[in-house]
Parts: sequence; C-alpha cells; structure tokens
Amino acid sequence: MTRPRTLYEKIWDAHVVEQRPDATCLIFIDRHLVHEVTSPQAFAGLRATGRMVRRPDLTLAVPDHNVPTTARLDASGNKLPIADAESAAQLAALEKNAPEYGIRYIDAVAPEQGIVHVVGPEQGFSLPGTTIVCGDSHTACHGGIGALAFGIGTSEVEHVLATQTLLLQPSKTMEVRVEGEVGPGVSAKDIILHITGVIGAAGGTGHVIEYTGSAIRALSVEGRLTVSNMAIEGGARAGLIAPDETTFAYLKGRPYAPKGADWHAAVAYWKSLATDPGATYDKTVVIDAADIAPSVTWGTSPEDVVPITGIVPDPASFADPSKQAAAAKSLAYMGLEPGTRMQDVPVENIFIGSCTNSRIEDLRAAAAVIKGRHKADNVKWAIVVPGSGLVKAQAEAEGLDRIFTDAGLEWREPGCSACLAMNPDKVPAGERCASTSNRNFVGRQGPGARTHLVSPAMAAAAAVTGKLTDVRELMA
Amino acid sequence: MTPLDKVEGRAIPFGLKNVDTDVIIPAHWLKTTTREGMGRGAFESLRADPDNLFDSADFKGAPILIAGDNFGCGSSREHAAWALGDLGIRVVIAPSYSDIFSGNAVKNGILPVVLPQAAIDRLMEVAATDPVFVDLEHQTVTTQFQDRFSFEIDPFRKMCLLEGLDEISLTEKSDAAIGAYEKKLDADRPWMRPAA
Ligand code: SF4
Repeated sequence: MTRPRTLYEKIWDAHVVEQRPDATCLIFIDRHLVHEVTSPQAFAGLRATGRMVRRPDLTLAVPDHNVPTTARLDASGNKLPIADAESAAQLAALEKNAPEYGIRYIDAVAPEQGIVHVVGPEQGFSLPGTTIVCGDSHTACHGGIGALAFGIGTSEVEHVLATQTLLLQPSKTMEVRVEGEVGPGVSAKDIILHITGVIGAAGGTGHVIEYTGSAIRALSVEGRLTVSNMAIEGGARAGLIAPDETTFAYLKGRPYAPKGADWHAAVAYWKSLATDPGATYDKTVVIDAADIAPSVTWGTSPEDVVPITGIVPDPASFADPSKQAAAAKSLAYMGLEPGTRMQDVPVENIFIGSCTNSRIEDLRAAAAVIKGRHKADNVKWAIVVPGSGLVKAQAEAEGLDRIFTDAGLEWREPGCSACLAMNPDKVPAGERCASTSNRNFVGRQGPGARTHLVSPAMAAAAAVTGKLTDVRELMA
Repeated sequence: MTPLDKVEGRAIPFGLKNVDTDVIIPAHWLKTTTREGMGRGAFESLRADPDNLFDSADFKGAPILIAGDNFGCGSSREHAAWALGDLGIRVVIAPSYSDIFSGNAVKNGILPVVLPQAAIDRLMEVAATDPVFVDLEHQTVTTQFQDRFSFEIDPFRKMCLLEGLDEISLTEKSDAAIGAYEKKLDADRPWMRPAA
C-alpha cells in the first residue's frame, strides 16, 4: 500500500527527474509560457552562453503586459507603431527571439492573442497534472484546472529554456476548504478575496494551497481560475483545484488538448490525481461559504478585505502593532478615514480586466449588472479589457460590447492593461479605481493610484453609481 | 556571479514589513531588455524624499539591508534582485521573505539571511551607528558589541553563493537524467505533448 497523497504530492512525484542529497529536486517542466517583459534578459543569457532552447515544443510565447489596448491595426490592416520606445523594444525582442529559437509565438495582432494566463487554458496548452511556469507570479492561475503552476524570475526562465527543468524544494501543503453555497451576488472573486482576508497575505507562505469543498466544486473553470490566480496574494507559491468533469468538459476539443484515444487516456490519468482519502495537509482552513459577502479591499495589501457592507477599519483595531502601522500608512495612501462606510467611497475609474477576471463569464457578469444602465457622471474612465482575442470575439457575438459601450464604458483590445502600470492604461495619482485585478499595492495601477479590488459585477455596479456599491442592490 | 563569503559594512536599518517588489522596483523599470543600471530605480518612491535612508551620507552604497517580515512579496520580478544588486546590496537580513524573492536573490548573488524579529530589532539598533558583519561560511551575523546571531541556509544555496556558481551549468550535468525522464514520459503519457 502506498501512503495516501495529496494532489500536490502526486503531481510533484510525477515530475521528479533527480533528487539531491537534501530535499531539493530537479523537476521537469511540462509547459513554459513566455511573455515580453521577463524574457528578453533570459534570451540574452542564452545567446551569451551559446545555449539552445531544449524543448521549444513545450514553450508558448505571447505578448501581453505592455501591448496597448487601443487599436493595433490601422484601417488598411497595417500594424500601428507603439509609441513607448521601451515597450516597443520588448515586444520586438519577443517577436525576434521566439522564431529564432523555434518557439510557438502568438503575435500581438493574432486573433488568439491575450493575457498569457487566459491564453494557456483557453488553447488547451495548460493541462491538469502538468507543471507550468511563466515569468509572472499569477501563473498560479492555471492551478484552476489542476496544474501545478507558479511564477518564476528571469534567471529561472533562462534555466527552463535551457534545461526544461527547475531545481525546487517541495512546498508544504495547505487546504482551504470552502463548504456550502454562496449567496446571490457572490462570485469566485469574492471567495478568493474573503479567503485572503482570513488567511492573510503571508498565510500561505511556503505552501501550495489546494482549494476544496462544495463551494469550489460548484465553480465553473473560469471561476476556479479566478480563485487560483490569487493564491499568491495569500503568500502561496501555487494554488490547485482538483480536475473533475467540469474541467474535462472545458478542455475537450481545445487546440492543444489531447485528441481521440489520447483524450481518454488523459482523462483517466487526470482522475487519478485527486487527493487520496486519508491524505493529510500541513495546514487546513475551513470557511463557511455563507459567510462570504461581495467583498472589497480598503488598503494596500490584498489581505485588507471587508464585506461591501463594512466600514474602513480603525488601525487601532488590529492586535499586531506592525499591522497597526501598516494599516495607518495604507489609509493615508488610500485617503480614507476609519469608520467610513465602504459604500460611501466614490470611485472615478473602473477597470474590468486582468488575468483574474477577464474571461467570458466575468464579462457576462459585469454586463448583466450594467445592461440598460449608464455609468455615473463622476466616473471619468471606465474600461473593459477582454482577456484574449477569443474572449473578445465571443463577447461581441453575444452583444456584450454594445452593452458596455451603450453604458459609456470603453471596449478595448486584450492585454494586461491597467492591472499594472506598464502600458498606457494607468489610473491617475490620487484617484480611485474599482478594479477586477489582483493587486492593490502602492503604485500598482500608476503612481499614487488608489485601488479597490472587487469582482466584475461589483466593478459594474460601481460604474453605475460612481461609488463602491453592494451589487445585490442593483440585482432585480 | 561574484562569489560571496564575508560581507561587512553599514547596514541600512530599513525595517519595514511586507515590502513588495513594486516598492523595491516600480513596474515602469521593468521595461528594459538588459539587467544593468536598475539600481537607479530601486526604492524609487521612497527615495523621492530627499531625506531618505538609501541616499543618506551614512548608508549610500551600504552592502547590507535590514528589513521586516515578508520582504520581497508581490510579483515574481527578478528585477527586484537586480535593482538591489545594482544598488550595491549583497545581503538582506529579515525575519521572512517571499519564496520567489529569496530564490531570485540567491541566483543573483544576494544572500537572504533569516533571523528572528528580536535579532532584527537589535541589529537595527546597532546599524544606526555601527557596521554589521555577515559571515556566510560560518552562517553568522555579528557586531562589534559581542552580538552573534546564527542563521540557517539551504546547503545548496550556500554552495552556489560561496562559489559564485551558475545554476544552469550545474543542471546541465544532469543532462542524461533529463533525457531519460523525457523518454519515459513520452512512453507513459504520450498525450502530454501539446496536440497541435
Ligand atoms: S493581468 Fe496583471 S497579473 Fe495578470 S499576467 Fe498581466 S500583469 Fe500579471
């Protein structure tokens, strides 16, 4: 009898190439996603040492972080130049490096282009039970389909390009079990914001978190990707959700997914990955789904979460003195007074997008709230940025783009956009943004920008009223 | 990579908790295609203040940085390690780090020392006026006032830092094992290769 193992342990064991005398293992990497920001120095390193890419067939490159989200082609179908010289240089480097090393490349103007973490699952390139890396910390996203996926730095990008492996120490395991049914207006985003508030921004440090329980099982693949996306906000290196029929139905027929007899063999294997009965985690946190409200952040750490019905906390209310100091600093940056009702906080900017919330389900949820309504006058800038060209086409086929533009929101081209202040989409200093992205750090959406993390439906509600709003009040 | 053994000098008594990589190097500095010169962007928002620690007469060019819990949290950007290195920092001392940051630090020849908060508090006090001594070989942090704190470090990371080793060359020694794994994977789970 083998010892009962968790999903994480099974994936880990299946990828050990070599074990070092200490616990460090050389781990095989099944999929490597590459974008334009963290790869130029890695390719430069290969070039300097005369190395090749070991497995270009397992590598997929797509630009996303600093592509502008405005039109990319002129009226006659020619590529428009990119105004920012540094962005243009990074994009040009990827466009040159990928073919030079024989890597699959999706160009900025290709119909499949999008945010790397949206594209991977959408193309069936990301599969359950695989190890996936990318030079972006939200690689954890792919854990939503049951892949062990995590962000790496540029030296590791170079290491994976050259060897298709990484030297890793096994992580501890943590189970976050969400049991029960969520109420109306509560989405996958609210679940993960609530979890982050409960476990804290360092709650999962050193761990890989497996999300379990009936509320997680009930989520669509899109919702699961949203949850796992933010595993890193809870300090974990990766998130995992066991693949099941929902996952298989999502992946079947996708371009890079197994076909025919291979498909059946794959499903049989994926089914064997679920955590065994009797397997133990190093840590377990149990959350009652009924406790989760539409949630919003008030501070500059993703753990700074309250229900939308809540108030801005008093820094003195925290037991930990360093958290008191951090909260006071956060509030100064955010321009908020303790005791203010979250629903009284006005917002001037709305961002619906990012690898957390830019899939078709997210856009549908936002459109459902905004349909037949108009953005408030104090909302100066409101953009909807689909996660990929395919999401965009699907949304347009469903008429969602018209719902947004009729309401006064802008409908953009796919990319990371205002998730991080690297491309032209930025939130002005001192202004607030109700954002469906994953990070509310100081300066994340632009120097001095004030971010409130919310779900797509909540962002749509804020667009309509011009302040943070309980979406349940706008639901018929 | 420059080998690292003994580092002594001024230590910046920074001390903040949850310092994320956006603070260490703001996103707009990520738009480069080379690694050099990034120190100018290190802690840019804090250094906008003319009285900041980093540019003060005492701490400019200091090789050691003392920080609080969860240093380097946030994005996986290795630029954070390059920025610290380019600023002249060889050692960070903190109670904890984000996993990704500590890995990136070692890969770039920066030693992330983990010490309990009490030790940090004491070192912060000393660092305000006097130098700090870090000895990787013996895994200690000491001061001229008889303070002596021992720290743990993964033996592999220690060796890489001491010898200034490049990880890719080390892994290339396992080429045969990687080849054998690939062969077995193709035999056992041929569907793992991307279909298209
Ligand atoms: S949308 Fe944001 S978090 Fe996601 S890949 Fe882009 S920059 Fe990273």
